[in-house]
Amino acid sequence: MSVFPKGDFYTRHFQPSGKEETLVVNMGPQHPSTHGVLRIIVELDGEYILRCEPVLGYVHRMHEKMGENRSWVQYWPNTGRVDYLHALAWNWAYAGAVEKLAGIEVPERAEYIRVITCELNRVSSHLLWWGAYLLDLGAFTPIMYAFDDREEIMDMLQMPTGSRLTYCYYRFGGVSADLSDEFLKRLSRFIPYLRSRLPMYRDLVTENVILRKRVEDVGHIDEDMCRRYGCTGPVVRGAGVAYDVRKAEPYSVYDRFDFRIPTYPEADAFARYMVRMDEIEESLKIIEQAIATIPDGPYLSKSAPKPKWSAPKGEACFAVEGARGKITYYVASDGGRTPYRVKLRSPSYCNLSCFAEAAKGVILADAVSILGSLDLVIPEIDR
Amino acid sequence: MNISNWTAPDPFVTTPDMLIRLVVGLLALAAFVGANATILVYVERKVAGFIQRRPGPFEVGPQGILQTIADAAKLIGKQLVTPRGSDGFLFWLAPIVGFLPVFVMFLPIPWGESTYVVQSDVGVLLILAFAGFGVLSLCLAGWASASKWGLIGAARAVAQSVGYEIPLLLAVLAVCFSHGSMDLMAIVKEQGGWPWQWNVATQPLAFFIYFVCALAETNRAPFDLPEAESELTAGFHTEYSGMGFGLFFLAEYANMIVVCSMATALFLGGFQGPAAPGPWWFLLKVYGLLLVMMWMRWTYPRVRFDQLLNLNWKWLLPLATLNLLATAVALKL
Amino acid sequence: MGVIKEFAEALKGLKSLIVGLGITGKEFAKPGVTVHYPRKVVADKDLVTYRGHIELVGSKNDPAMPPCITCLMCQSVCPSGCIKIIKHPPPKKDPAADKNAPPEAYASGLEPKTKAAPPAKEKPVKTPKGFILDYNYCSLCGLCVQSCPVDSLRFSTEFYIADPSKKAFVYDLMARLKAQAGTATAKEKE
Ligand code: SF4
Ligand code: SF4
Repeated sequence: MSVFPKGDFYTRHFQPSGKEETLVVNMGPQHPSTHGVLRIIVELDGEYILRCEPVLGYVHRMHEKMGENRSWVQYWPNTGRVDYLHALAWNWAYAGAVEKLAGIEVPERAEYIRVITCELNRVSSHLLWWGAYLLDLGAFTPIMYAFDDREEIMDMLQMPTGSRLTYCYYRFGGVSADLSDEFLKRLSRFIPYLRSRLPMYRDLVTENVILRKRVEDVGHIDEDMCRRYGCTGPVVRGAGVAYDVRKAEPYSVYDRFDFRIPTYPEADAFARYMVRMDEIEESLKIIEQAIATIPDGPYLSKSAPKPKWSAPKGEACFAVEGARGKITYYVASDGGRTPYRVKLRSPSYCNLSCFAEAAKGVILADAVSILGSLDLVIPEIDR
Repeated sequence: MNISNWTAPDPFVTTPDMLIRLVVGLLALAAFVGANATILVYVERKVAGFIQRRPGPFEVGPQGILQTIADAAKLIGKQLVTPRGSDGFLFWLAPIVGFLPVFVMFLPIPWGESTYVVQSDVGVLLILAFAGFGVLSLCLAGWASASKWGLIGAARAVAQSVGYEIPLLLAVLAVCFSHGSMDLMAIVKEQGGWPWQWNVATQPLAFFIYFVCALAETNRAPFDLPEAESELTAGFHTEYSGMGFGLFFLAEYANMIVVCSMATALFLGGFQGPAAPGPWWFLLKVYGLLLVMMWMRWTYPRVRFDQLLNLNWKWLLPLATLNLLATAVALKL
Repeated sequence: MGVIKEFAEALKGLKSLIVGLGITGKEFAKPGVTVHYPRKVVADKDLVTYRGHIELVGSKNDPAMPPCITCLMCQSVCPSGCIKIIKHPPPKKDPAADKNAPPEAYASGLEPKTKAAPPAKEKPVKTPKGFILDYNYCSLCGLCVQSCPVDSLRFSTEFYIADPSKKAFVYDLMARLKAQAGTATAKEKE
């Protein structure tokens, strides 16, 4: 007997199952289908999963604590790094929370710019998810096609934001740079192009019988389960609930655009898949309308805070719809230089928590499919 | 030249030139297998690249032609790691068991009118019998490496190979029935030069079943479950390093050539062609089939394990049986 | 009936598989989209908008000197603490205090750690003596550029930088500006 007990805390906590024929394996933290350092302890009976338990914390970066020891403005770069695939939504949630707290006006044009860039970012996030999901299911080609299109989006987003992935673009009271005419022109060329690509995606993948068999009737996460675990985003819309923050509690100028919230009642992986594919189209629709009606004006409010600004006393909470679900920032201020408390609600965390229940009793390959259909970004889970 | 009876105690003693032929043939085959696997790996990566709109291997040599050789050199140079807790002997036996029978499977393949190593009345049977060895190696590899992922991969490999061998056999049998022979050379010779004279025209269903089963037997996508990367990290060869992995890799490509050669001989008229019959036709057809296999791999997602078995037992097996019955009835009439 | 339906479904599935092959086949024939990096680089027009590390801007009169007034705003706003500005020592009467003159590097707090300006007899030199950027920690947020009151900072479009050592990414921006000014004047002369 060694002094140190075998395995780590989670293994010991998980181990005693009493059955002899089962196999306890670790999926992750290094595993091709967990896309990051997520670890799932799985108890297998042959190919069937008896129970499983996600283990978190491998990429914990203390974004909440960091908020407490840097000034309001200095927290900006962190917001882009929580969920690196839909960074602008996190940018927006922070901006919104602080603007609400301090009562900062945002110029009209800035709101439109935010809508355009955030939706563009959503499309790119969904494209990446699509490719990565197919990679999980064993198709290697779609991700390359998705990246081809996503590359164009990143090139475009680079024009105003200057970066390609971890954007730090929004500011209190607006955004940090204006959209150029070239950007708008390129964007209006890109929308019909991406629309013309979507049928190819559909024929290559969505209609493919092998894919259908892999995702249909797999991983039921119904309305009740979503309620219990607090799932949002495509997961809850895939369960037939038309909940979208953009419609439920409209922020910014979203109430001016005409768009649909795609819902599918089947509550399986395919429903979630279809919700995302439809959302790409809806986002394109929003962008199209926003480009057509974008007003002139300043992109940053005159009363925008200076770098050493600190927020007035109080607290505020602001939610936006990210690619993965409802993103909420809660900020509290005691009037000091740094926020008193920053709290992040990340959708991936809630969506992951229902995995253990959804994956009970399924085949190992289905667990991979379910995990993929939740569209998790691991750093966002750990924050 | 003709071994009429494989059950004779030792057929080689009676014909010394047979022995020479065998030795020369085996050497030639070794070179052929090695060269072909190298080329195929390169072609596969190029095909993957072009399908995905990227260049594929590009840097080593013109158009990356030497990439596979560089990779092979790297694999050979790597340290061979035997994982702790594994059965060292079986662990290293597995890749060898996987690779060696492939040579035997090449023996009865009729490359051309006079280009073959042995001509046997039961050539088809010989290939199918030795094809069974492949699954033994996968099973050994998964079991001996003392890895849970490897074990699951091995279990999958066994269930898959054993299952798919049956419809494969039935599909091949249908062809053998209609020719009344198990001699690949005889079957090829009875087919004509034009596509409508090939067996694929009379036995399309058998060809389809054969091809699907061949994909599954060689663990090619969409049936690459024993090494399903996103589920089992690398399946049965998770723990293999260096040339141990290299041999599995080589065996996979050699197996692909075997099944495609057999398909060519059985269904596509072998070395017969519209003009100038010869080994070139044979190679052309084999490479055509190989390209289709690669094309499929880079297009489809992977099927699920239960679906794979369902497809076999609920679709291919009844279809193959029906096909065989229909063939038998048609022949009788 | 069930059998027929099953067969119809299987045929539909097979058709979808063939459609898939058709698509990848078509893509196969199209030219690749890869930029072969060392032989080809990203077009300049795509680089213009790229935000690389920050650099100093030359002032109108002297392209080798930035308009910086060493207000230390950028240093204190930088979330990653990667800017270090070395001021010219304020003119001192008493040489004993002279030793402590340069403010501590890496101001950690938000308050610039500068002493109040000395009673001005001589005019203090406002331009920085040194401007060090530790690019290893930069998060490319752009806060420094936006908070500079005299627009002395901008982003470079440096894209192809790689080095095995971390030290290579500690830039002396003053020297960089001088070098840039040098090449600019050399070009003008040509
Ligand atoms: S871009 Fe941001 S992190 Fe980089 S030096 Fe400027 S303020 Fe600091
Ligand atoms: S660069 Fe700008 S912000 Fe920084 S010290 Fe100089 S003047 Fe101030």
